Amino acid sequence: MDVDKTLERILPNVNKPARYTGGEWNSIVKDWEACDVRWALAFPDIYDLGMSNHGLSILYDRLNSAAGVLAERVFAPWIDMEEAMRAARLPLFSLESRRPLAHFDLVGFSLASEQLFTNLLNMLDLAGLPVLARDRGDAHPLVLAGGGAAFNPEPLADFVDAFAIGEGEEVILDITTAVRQAKRDGLSRDELLRRLARIPGIYVPRLYDVRYHDDGTIAEILPLVPEAALPVRKRIVTTLPPPVTSPVVPYLETVHNRAAIEIQRGCGRGCRFCHAGMTYRPVRERPVDEILAAIDELIASTGYEEIALLSLSSSDYHDIENLVGALAERYGDRQLSISLPSLRIDSVSVNLMDRLQATGRRSSFTFAPEAATERLRGVINKPIPDQDLLSVAREVYRRGWKTIKLYFMIGHPTQTIEDVAAIVDLALAVRDVGRHTLGRKAQVNVGVSTLVPKPHTPFQWVPLASEDEVHAQQDYLKEHLRGPGLKLNWTDYQLTLHEAVLSRGDRRLGAVIHRAWQLGARFDAWGDQFRVDAWRQAFRESDLDVGFYAWRERDLDEVLPWDHIDPGVSKRFLARDYQASLRGDTHPDCREQCYACGILTAFRDECADLPVDAWVCPTPGDK
Amino acid sequence: MTDYQGPVQRLRLTFSKGEEVKYVGHLDLHNAWERAFRRARLPLAHSQGYNPRPRFQIAAALPVGVTGQAELLDVWLDERLEPGDVLRRLQPLLPPGFGVSAVEEVDLRAPALQSQMRTATYRVVVDTRETVDGLRGRVRSLLDTPTLPRQRQQKGKLRTYDLRPLIHDITVTPGRDGQCVLDLYLAASPEGAGRPDEVLDVLGLSHTSHRIERTGLVFAGAEFDK
Repeated sequence: MDVDKTLERILPNVNKPARYTGGEWNSIVKDWEACDVRWALAFPDIYDLGMSNHGLSILYDRLNSAAGVLAERVFAPWIDMEEAMRAARLPLFSLESRRPLAHFDLVGFSLASEQLFTNLLNMLDLAGLPVLARDRGDAHPLVLAGGGAAFNPEPLADFVDAFAIGEGEEVILDITTAVRQAKRDGLSRDELLRRLARIPGIYVPRLYDVRYHDDGTIAEILPLVPEAALPVRKRIVTTLPPPVTSPVVPYLETVHNRAAIEIQRGCGRGCRFCHAGMTYRPVRERPVDEILAAIDELIASTGYEEIALLSLSSSDYHDIENLVGALAERYGDRQLSISLPSLRIDSVSVNLMDRLQATGRRSSFTFAPEAATERLRGVINKPIPDQDLLSVAREVYRRGWKTIKLYFMIGHPTQTIEDVAAIVDLALAVRDVGRHTLGRKAQVNVGVSTLVPKPHTPFQWVPLASEDEVHAQQDYLKEHLRGPGLKLNWTDYQLTLHEAVLSRGDRRLGAVIHRAWQLGARFDAWGDQFRVDAWRQAFRESDLDVGFYAWRERDLDEVLPWDHIDPGVSKRFLARDYQASLRGDTHPDCREQCYACGILTAFRDECADLPVDAWVCPTPGDK
Repeated sequence: MTDYQGPVQRLRLTFSKGEEVKYVGHLDLHNAWERAFRRARLPLAHSQGYNPRPRFQIAAALPVGVTGQAELLDVWLDERLEPGDVLRRLQPLLPPGFGVSAVEEVDLRAPALQSQMRTATYRVVVDTRETVDGLRGRVRSLLDTPTLPRQRQQKGKLRTYDLRPLIHDITVTPGRDGQCVLDLYLAASPEGAGRPDEVLDVLGLSHTSHRIERTGLVFAGAEFDK
């Protein structure tokens, strides 16, 4: 089929056709014939979101920099394009060479969240590939997945051939080498998968058997072949590799259309609900000089007018004030704006924002206290005194920002109705501070989501709050948080429930995911596309129970479906930290004191030869 | 920036927008140019005030899916540069599908590009089994029609307008492999612009495979080049 000709016919009739044409500045089209390992890097959501994903940009750069290897991008087509493609029998193709996915050696999916699972199935199907791993044979590309949601790979065990757990920079090159060798040796798919299983960080679900108790909980997870590691420990890079300095520059306005540089990976704050905070350890910083040099290159190679300094907690970077000062000095007169996502609630953050926005617009300032009482913030290990919050709010309004966004979660363990009522009190107190400083222009936008207990966090054992509870709490907030200067957003419970079930699912859920997809579920993260009916029917047709996954309190000694996946942080530590949370004990930043999370033990060999300050872990307390 | 006297130079670029980028929309095109200028480290002048933006003017929006052979763009600079130098610096930093064929200096006080526009010419290559004469006949009767009321969506509302006065002329010539080539001379002024896809629709050709290219833009006072 002539892809170009077909596209010529269908693109004029779809929304944002530039999502499907490629050819952007800095995109890389390598010679197909000159490469012997060919990757399709797949992001299971639309272009606009996928092109804002930093991980994808890193892998694209790493693979295309390697000799004899090419990597091309593919995103989920939006509904209108999917219809047009199916009508035209046009298989899913890559943006660079416009070849069908079936022509590649590997299709690697980046899984940012559980809500993308059905899109993965849909993309395989659109590519004309069997969605079930067992139906694919030697002629089909290998289907891999990695990313944050791969830390519990079990729900996708039926669909994905192999998972890469942890950081991808090195493991993708190991996989590439193994695939190259396998092609030379003429290995079968099964032989290749067993060979891949020997690579640290690779998990091949078909090489394990899961046995269950009568009550549905897991009895044991057993490797079936000697190559299958138990546990599969995540991969890390001991020091951050050089940053990407010539990323693809999209034509379309994507979610984050800007240059980005990771200044720090990992976070030592230890917020107990936070999946990234637990799974991205240890904390590694990029040196200031390297950041400044890379930004020069980035701006020169992209022409971007904005640079984001990425980190899970930007104000924790050791030299953040000097870094920002140096940037303001260097680029102050070049119309470059600098953004710092994820700022802590303190005066340092206000000073930083002040320097960054000396000339630019002052639209809104975001804080995420996550809980509204000091007690509950102790439980989640995000201790911030109310007084600090209000005085920082005052500083923000005083400097001319009109809107403060406050993010909270409901459904934390031990939460009472007083904690929910306190969200109202705190939001009103912030608005009052704003009114005293700015008058009626002051605005407070409150976002309230519901805690989704995540695997590999201290909250992995706790139940999701029930629908009745959450609705009652949301109703309370809707009733009390209205009026001038206030805006409230909340998350639909059905979306939360869906994410919660898949987050802590086991491999039996594969049947439900498969069925829901057949019934039309896809783009589950999109409120207007989410098909609650399809998911309910899929569950009804299975013998599985939503409550078992969502609302059940797990015993601390239960074998969890992701226990054979090791993020370096030990289950023992998580249990200890969960118990500490119930007592309201806080563990401040682990830069100051080691809480023996296990990361140093897990990567003892890797960090042995590193300079003492390569990781911010203060004392090798766990060594 | 309080002593800022404003831009010191205004340059007019003639550029092409090819197959590779014909689906890039008008607003995204502005960003693409801004980034190309920044990559070339050219001293873009910015609007003053709350949210400074680089100063660009594009003569006329190109419909999505239509390529352009000789589009026009004005850009304002804070430093004087040789137009030829600008061309040399920009060329290697343009994404595939874009080309700049000329850069010339224009008076800082010259009227806005958009306000000088009168006509745009389009070349449409149609894969049709119809004969050139057959198509010519239909074109003639279209041109003989005094009014062509059409509806178009504008800001969510259905608006009725007359397409006929926006069509200055249409010629039909034979192309390669039995294709027909239509040259459309359509209004492109601040008062109204004719869309090539609308004209094709009236001719019953919108579902026939075709390619549209805008071949030129004609200013007020310029000779009608036919």
